[in-house]
Amino acid sequence: MTGEMLGFAAVAVVLLAASLGVVLTPNLFHAVLYLAAALVATGVVFLLLDAPFLFGVQLLLYAGGVVTIVVFAIMLTERLVGQSIRQTSRYLINGALLSAAVFVGIVGFLVQMPARGPRDGWPGELTALLGRALVGPYVMPFELLAILLVIALLGALYFARSDT
Amino acid sequence: MPLGAYLTLAALVFAIGLFGVLTRRNAVGILLGIELMLNAVNINLVAFARFRADLAGLIFTLFTISITVAEVAVGLAIVIVLFRVRRTVEADHLDLLRG
Repeated sequence: MTGEMLGFAAVAVVLLAASLGVVLTPNLFHAVLYLAAALVATGVVFLLLDAPFLFGVQLLLYAGGVVTIVVFAIMLTERLVGQSIRQTSRYLINGALLSAAVFVGIVGFLVQMPARGPRDGWPGELTALLGRALVGPYVMPFELLAILLVIALLGALYFARSDT
Repeated sequence: MPLGAYLTLAALVFAIGLFGVLTRRNAVGILLGIELMLNAVNINLVAFARFRADLAGLIFTLFTISITVAEVAVGLAIVIVLFRVRRTVEADHLDLLRG
């Protein structure tokens, strides 16, 4: 129990620090690197929640895919030398106030939540259960998701193509 | 760890992401903030799925992760086109639709 608490505290500190780095660092390229750290930390939270398959998906799709695409976009839209990659932020006070208000609102719901007992176990191996569910009751959204991915990636390609 | 700890962590990450969306000037920076907010929601989904022993939350998380990848690809394609047309990705300068 204490081991899990220690792990959770460590991951939470890393996740929050990396998230703050994403929104506060003036260099956009550093922000992407902090985002990668935050995404990996989120994957470790999934591990703490006994979902190793989701940890793998998170690493492959998010930390691998999304970060790569964003780095490409930054390199295409910014000149890496000089001041142009520096970011100034605006409305810092207003943004902080509104975010804090949203957080307080969510916590207001959380404190009303009835305390749950210990978590229940899964009836079997989780990855096998996920696989069976994906081709069983959830096969229709799964196939639609495949179509959506193809359409979105083709659309992105069409948008970003060069005219020459 | 109780369920509330995970939900509080997710709420904090969500608030930080919202702060990024509100304060960043660069369109790519705004997208990074949106990524953080979506991640917080994923933590919530997995935590609820684990504590209720319900597979639906995990399936939903798989779907949101995949849809987020598609969203990032399309969003960044739009950013690249914007940069090509307007030579800027500062959100303050992208006011073509302003009345």
